[in-house]
Amino acid sequence: MPVTTQGAGPAWSLRTPRHELLLWLGWLLAVAALVACWRIMTEDTIWAFVWDAPRQAGDIGSRMLPPRWSYLPNLLHPLWDTLNIATLGTLLGVVISVPIAFLAARNTTPDAAIVRPAALLVIVSSRSINAIIWALLLVAIVGPGILAGIIAIALRSIGFIGKLLYEAIEEIDEKQVEAIRATGASGAQVMTWGIVPQIMPAFAGITVFRWDINIRESTVLGLVGAGGIGLNLESSLNLLAWPQVTLILLVILATVIVSEWISARVRHAII
Amino acid sequence: MAFIATSQRRWHAPHLIANPWLRYGLVLGGLVYLALAISTIEVNWARVVEGLDRGLRFLSAFLHPDFTARGDDIAQGMIESLTMAATSTAAGIVISVPIAVGAARNMAITPVYYVCRAIIALSRSLQEIIVAIFLVAMVGFGPFAGFLTLTFATIGFLAKLLAEAIEDIDPTPVEAIKATGASWASMLAYGVLPQIAPRLTGLSLYRLDINFRESAVIGIVGAGGIGATLNTAIDRYEFDSAAAVLILIIAIVMLSEYGSGIIRKRIQ
Repeated sequence: MPVTTQGAGPAWSLRTPRHELLLWLGWLLAVAALVACWRIMTEDTIWAFVWDAPRQAGDIGSRMLPPRWSYLPNLLHPLWDTLNIATLGTLLGVVISVPIAFLAARNTTPDAAIVRPAALLVIVSSRSINAIIWALLLVAIVGPGILAGIIAIALRSIGFIGKLLYEAIEEIDEKQVEAIRATGASGAQVMTWGIVPQIMPAFAGITVFRWDINIRESTVLGLVGAGGIGLNLESSLNLLAWPQVTLILLVILATVIVSEWISARVRHAII
Repeated sequence: MAFIATSQRRWHAPHLIANPWLRYGLVLGGLVYLALAISTIEVNWARVVEGLDRGLRFLSAFLHPDFTARGDDIAQGMIESLTMAATSTAAGIVISVPIAVGAARNMAITPVYYVCRAIIALSRSLQEIIVAIFLVAMVGFGPFAGFLTLTFATIGFLAKLLAEAIEDIDPTPVEAIKATGASWASMLAYGVLPQIAPRLTGLSLYRLDINFRESAVIGIVGAGGIGATLNTAIDRYEFDSAAAVLILIIAIVMLSEYGSGIIRKRIQ
């Protein structure tokens, strides 16, 4: 701790004056950059619309209430579709991501020079692109419907499951693997008895966690045509049928809460 | 360990679920669900075959992405996305720190705690794209709606994780600061903040990354950013331009992950 002697005697301060100045300059630069970003971003904003927002919000709000409960039976089938998109998408994602995770983990990869970076690239690419964007692409490729939704969810899940799983594989206890290998086990046997039992709890936890996120995401995939309850949301929004929108949002909220509860219970039971 | 006495005393691994009824019941239930779920997939095979050609075209577009045909749109969208991500993360941090303090059980009184937890739950349960639809309807098209959306989403994320960090702090320094007769604000500044600062930095960098990725999504519903460009490119089957946008997003996410890794290492 630097101590400077000023008029009244020694004064304690946290940092040296030089450090203080540098820190201050750093903050100044950060704030200046933010202000510049703000100026660029709001260049084309029409502020009259923004100031009008509270009135608009009140207007939409008054149209949205009360929710149209009689629409509820129409939502049961889309809800079943949404559940299937999330579940089948998660399963497909798991099937693809498990081998990728083993290729990406430092201690199980067959080749650290080419295969590992390739697997990592697949993982980061999948993680960078949101499920809705994958869905947008897949609707253009395979046409609108559940199939596009399932593949979109699966593609997005690969990165998530792959990343967390390969980290879990890298953290395993090598002694157990060595012990299995010392018995003369083959590569597949080392995998089954040395590695898999160690990552199983993490794997189950990750999968259920991703399933929960996928339920959340599959509720809005319909906005771009990929099936599920989002399709009803899209059509209700286009028709300006606000009471239906309210009901759909409530149903989505309930679904998300239930899936979060299930996932929390299952993870609690596993770990 | 289940040893079964056969002629050679073979060892079998114990089953995960000991009760055979439950075990096979679960397997059967899973299979029935799978059959039902798969039967709901309606596939228009003619459309898929037609689409396969497009899919191949899309994949091959990654080998020769076209950055120039829509160069102006891409540049404009990228600038909007990056500025939106930066400003909304900053605004989100400023708003979520006080909410996080309010949502930490060891800092706030009970009524404040519940109000702050309710704000967090509201922000976390609404998806970005739904919030964006409403905000676009309220404040008009453009990145300002996106900024508001991302700020709102950041609050739920940061405040929740930060509140957990505050609840986990070591109470001894806080006690020591209090014993000097410090005010509540000094207690926060010298007792709590230094303990959560590394976590705050790490979470903020992570959220900046998420906000950039999300900015590509909310553009689809008109909230500015690179998503609008991407949406137009895909709608017109201009896969070369779409591939260029996707490659840019992936590259920026990779760069930011690498950069935040370095920054986090320096802090710790």
